[in-house]
Amino acid sequence: MTDLIPEFSWETVFLTPWREDVDLTIWIVATGFLVTTACGLIGHYLLLRRLALVGDAISHSILPGLVAAFAITGTTALWASMLGALVAGLVTVALIELIHRHSRIKPDAAICIVFTTLFALGVAMMSVLEAQGSIHLDADCVLYGEMTWVAIEPPLQIGGWTPVEMPGPVLRLLLLVGVLVAGIAFFYKELLLTSFDPGLARALGMRTQAWHYGLMGGLALVVVSVFESVGAILPVAMLIVPPMFAAELSDRLSIRMVWTVVHAAAAAVLGMHLAVWLNCTAAGAMVVCSSALFVLVWVGGLAVRRLRLRRVMRGGGA
Amino acid sequence: MSGSKKKRISTASGWQMLVLGGLLLLLPTAAQAARISELVDTDFAQRAARFFTFQDASLRDALLGSMLLGGCCGMMGAFLVVRKLALMGDSLSHAVLPGVALGFLWHLSKDPVAIFIGATLAGLLGAGTVQLLRRTTRHQEDAALGFVLAAFFSIGICLFTMIQNLPGSSKSGLDKFMFGQAAALGREDVMLLAVVAVAVTMAVTLLFKEYRVTSFDPGFARSIGLPVQALHYSLMLLLAFAIVSALQAVGIVLVSAMLVIPAAAAYLLTDRLSLMVLLGAAFGVMAAASGAFFSFAGSNLPTGPFMVLSAAAIFAAAFLFAPRHGWLTRWWRERCQAARVRRENLLKAMYHALEQCSFITEQISVRELAERRRQTLEEMHAALRELERHGLVTVAADRSVVSFTPAGWQRACEIVRNHRLWELYLTRSAQYAADHVHDDAESVEHLLSEATVMQLEKQLNYARRDPHGKLIPGLADIQRGARVTPRDTEAGGML
Repeated sequence: MTDLIPEFSWETVFLTPWREDVDLTIWIVATGFLVTTACGLIGHYLLLRRLALVGDAISHSILPGLVAAFAITGTTALWASMLGALVAGLVTVALIELIHRHSRIKPDAAICIVFTTLFALGVAMMSVLEAQGSIHLDADCVLYGEMTWVAIEPPLQIGGWTPVEMPGPVLRLLLLVGVLVAGIAFFYKELLLTSFDPGLARALGMRTQAWHYGLMGGLALVVVSVFESVGAILPVAMLIVPPMFAAELSDRLSIRMVWTVVHAAAAAVLGMHLAVWLNCTAAGAMVVCSSALFVLVWVGGLAVRRLRLRRVMRGGGA
Repeated sequence: MSGSKKKRISTASGWQMLVLGGLLLLLPTAAQAARISELVDTDFAQRAARFFTFQDASLRDALLGSMLLGGCCGMMGAFLVVRKLALMGDSLSHAVLPGVALGFLWHLSKDPVAIFIGATLAGLLGAGTVQLLRRTTRHQEDAALGFVLAAFFSIGICLFTMIQNLPGSSKSGLDKFMFGQAAALGREDVMLLAVVAVAVTMAVTLLFKEYRVTSFDPGFARSIGLPVQALHYSLMLLLAFAIVSALQAVGIVLVSAMLVIPAAAAYLLTDRLSLMVLLGAAFGVMAAASGAFFSFAGSNLPTGPFMVLSAAAIFAAAFLFAPRHGWLTRWWRERCQAARVRRENLLKAMYHALEQCSFITEQISVRELAERRRQTLEEMHAALRELERHGLVTVAADRSVVSFTPAGWQRACEIVRNHRLWELYLTRSAQYAADHVHDDAESVEHLLSEATVMQLEKQLNYARRDPHGKLIPGLADIQRGARVTPRDTEAGGML
C-alpha cells in the first residue's frame, strides 16, 4: 500500500515539472485543456437536450470504424480514421433509430445495445488482427488514451516548413477548439433555441432535425479528434462533467461556457500535478480532478443553500 | 510523468505508437494464454473438438463460469429492460472499477472474494451517488448516470495505472478485467460465481411478485404498502452482484451489454415477465457459452467481445423473426394483409358489376372491371390471376370474361355485407351523415369478424338495405354459391 501512493512533496509534484520538463508539461496541460474545452463546449448542448449518454455511445462506437479504416487502408492517416469514425457514428445513429422505431425496445436499451455491440465488434476486430499479427493496436489507448505520447509528437510540417512550434496533435486540437468556438458563436441563437424549446423553434420554421444531426456531426468530430489523447471511454466524462460544473454556478448558457473554459484549465493543471504525484495516467487524473471540482461546487452549493435557509429561518423566528 | 509510461519512445505518429503499445500489451496476454493453450497449439478444428469434448479441467471451469454469469446477467437484465434502467447498468458496470482495483490492492493478488466485496461496495456507492445527485441538483437522470460513470471510472483508471507501475505486482490478472478472459477463471472464481448465481436466483424467485409490481406500477406498489425504495436498492444490490460476477469473463466495458442484450431479445419474444426472465437467462447462457467457444477456438482472444457479439446475433434474430414483434414477421404479416385487402376489393368490384346489371348474368367482362377499378388491362389480368390462384374466380379461356367460384361468391357477399352493415351502423347508431360513411366502411369491411357481424345484424334488426338504398346480402345469398343470383334484387325490390 505504501508503494502505491508515493510520498507527497511540494518540490517534486509542483515545481519539478515546471523547472525540468517545461515543454512536456506545457504540452500535456495544453492537450488536457483543449480536449476538456472542446468536449465541454459541445457537452452543454448534450446536457440541455438530455442526450448526455449519447455522447458515451458515440465515443464507444467509433472504435470499429477506426479499426476498419486502419485495416482497409493500412495507414494511420487522419483522413482515414476520421472517415471510418464518421461512418461508424452514422451507423450508430441509424441503428439506434432502426431498433427504436421498428420494435418495442425503449430508446435507452436501444442505445445500450447498439454501442456495446459496436464496441465489442471493434475490440474483437482489434484482437483478431492482433492475433494474426498484421496490426497491433493498443487496448490501453482505447481505455484511457495516450496523452503523454501525444504531447511529445513532432510539430506539424508542411514540406519541411514548420508553421508553429507545437506538437501536431495539439495544433489539431487547437484548430478543433477554434472551429467549435466559431461555430457556437455564429449559431449561438439557433443552437440555444433548438435545445431549450424545440417546439418554438419548429413553430418559427427552423429545421430542428437538421440542427440535431448537425450537433451529432459535431459531436462525432470532437470524439474522433480527442480519441488519440483520451481514448474511447473518458470523453464521456469531459462531455458531461464540465457542463454540470458550470450549471451549478450559472443559469445563463453564455456564462456557463466561460465557466467550462475555466474549469477545463483548472482540471488540466491539477490533473497534471496529480498524475505526476501518483505516477498514473494523465487523462484519468484530469478527469478525477474535473469530477472533484464538480463535487466541490455541488457540496459547496448545498452548504451555502443550507446556511442561507437557516439564516432565513432564524430571521423569521426573531 | 514520462516515468508513468515505461514504453519505448519513438518519434512515430500516435497510431504507430499504439502499435508499439499493443505489442507490449501482448506480453502479459501471451503469458496468460500459455496456461491453457500449452496442451493445444493446433488448428481451429482441433481446438473446437477439444472444446466440445471438455478435456481440459481449466476449460471446463471457464465454460461453467461463463454460463453461470450469462444466466445471472440475463436474469437481472430482464428487470433493467422493463424498468428502463439499461443505462444504469452501463453506469454501474463502469463504476465498479475502483472497487476492483482496491480489492486487488487488499492482498496485492487476484483474490476473488476481496475483489467481489470491493466491486459490490463501489457499485452500491455509485447507485447511491446517482440517487443523491438526482435529489439535490437539477441535473437529469442521464447527467447523473454519466457523472457516476465518468468519475468512478476515471478513479479506477488512475488506480489501475498506479498498480501497473507498482514494482513486482502480478498485474496480468488485473488486465483481464477490462475486456474479459474466461480462460482466467480459476476454480475459486467458479465457486464464487456459483454462490452468486444461486443467491441471485433465490432472491429473484422469492421477491418475484414484488419486483414485478414495482417494475410496472410503482404507484400501485406504494399504495399497497410495499417498500418501493428498499426493493429498488435490493435490485441494485443484485445488479451489482451480476455485474461483479461477469467482470472476469466479460470485462468492465462490456458487462452492460451482457445485461441488456439477452434480456432485450427476450423482451421481443414474450409479454410475460416470468418467461422473459427465464428466456433472458437462457440467451445469456447461450451467448456466454458461444463467446467462450470462439474465444478459445481463436487462440484465447478476449472473451467479452465475442460473448457480446453472440448476444447481439441472438438479438438480431429476435428483432427480425420474433413471432409477434419481429420486424420481418410484421412486415410479412402486413404484406399478406395488404394482398388480402387488394383481393377482397377486387371481389367487391366484381359484385358491384354484377349488381349493376341486376345479376342477370354470372359473367363480368374484364375490360369493364378494369375500367371500374381504373387499372390497365394488364394489371387487371395479373390481379385476376392472383384471385384464380386462390380459387376465388374462374377466368374464361380467352381471358375476356370472369365469373365467381362458390368460394369467391361467398367472400364477395361477405365483404359487401360487412361494408353495408357498417355504413348502416354508423348512420343509425353513431349519427353519421349518409355521405360520410363510405371511407370508414371501406377499411373496416376487411376486419369485421363473423361474431361482430352477427351482433351488428341483430342490433340493426336484420335490416335489408344500406343507407344508400342498396341491398345487403343476407346469409342465404352467401350460402347459395355462385349459381343463383338474381333473387336478391327481386326480393329486395319487393321489400
